[in-house]
Amino acid sequence: MNAAAWGLGAAVLLASIVEMVEALTIVMAMGVTRSWRSTLAGVAAALVALAAFTAAAGYALATWLPKAALQLAIGTLLLIFGLQWLRKAILRSSGRKAMHDEDQIFADEVAAAESAGAVTAKGLDWFSFMISFKGVFLEGVEVVFIVITFGLSAGNMPVAIGAAVIGVLLVLAVGIAVRGPLSKVPENTMKYGVGLLLAAFGTFWSVEGLGVFTGGHQSLEWPGADLAIPVLVAAWFGLSRLMVHALRRPAVPSASI
Amino acid sequence: MGFIRGFGQFWYDLIIGDDWKIAAAVVATLALGTVVLLAFAVPEPVLTPVLGLCLMAAFVIALRLDARD
Repeated sequence: MNAAAWGLGAAVLLASIVEMVEALTIVMAMGVTRSWRSTLAGVAAALVALAAFTAAAGYALATWLPKAALQLAIGTLLLIFGLQWLRKAILRSSGRKAMHDEDQIFADEVAAAESAGAVTAKGLDWFSFMISFKGVFLEGVEVVFIVITFGLSAGNMPVAIGAAVIGVLLVLAVGIAVRGPLSKVPENTMKYGVGLLLAAFGTFWSVEGLGVFTGGHQSLEWPGADLAIPVLVAAWFGLSRLMVHALRRPAVPSASI
Repeated sequence: MGFIRGFGQFWYDLIIGDDWKIAAAVVATLALGTVVLLAFAVPEPVLTPVLGLCLMAAFVIALRLDARD
């Protein structure tokens, strides 16, 4: 595997772990408080919906767009998406935004599940079904978005899908062992890392993709080709540390975000 | 109508997120880059890193505005 493939795998694996930890918190809260059967039915329905979404979106993007246009469209989306993650990481590190706290979120979800009335029909508790479906689907869509954008732009879907599946299985295995929210996972740091990788790859591909507007419709070339990617990662990291320093404030108390 | 609005809101929340200024900064910088690419014969090895730096500067401006709000 080359540097781009390692970066691709690392970004997808980290994103998959972070998003699945968040989904697991919701699933655990619903299962423990209300009904494991209905909660797991919601998880299964969400996984089916995610598979259909992945197939449709991946096919549409890979079929309809030429390479440079694909790089521009996907690189731009990835860059905007990644900079949102980086923005949150910078604001959290500088004390301007509360840290993400899985224990607090778990407690909030449990309280909501306990206070909700009975919504039973056809043998299922629809409250836990819907909340777990929504939680897994929404967190999963972010992973799917990263898998599709990274996989197509790098021309390496197997690495992207493989890294995402490893992330899901890791969280699942640890979740089953711990039987609770994975609050010890350094989510904020991992999100920072994913944000940096998304920003770097997004910058690389979106600028390359501007070549679609030239006569030959060929991607633009960065000096050093793929070697520009680690340089971009380092540049975004340096910039983010400068921004954390410039925006630093006393830490705010933890709260669910 | 409610479904279309909800669908649009879902994608807006997913991609644009909490701060629209970042998306605007990225799109504006890439649009400017396209103009420079088409209007001036800037060599690719110069244009690509300069655009990378411009994207970083645009992010800093968007974040400073966000932090000031």
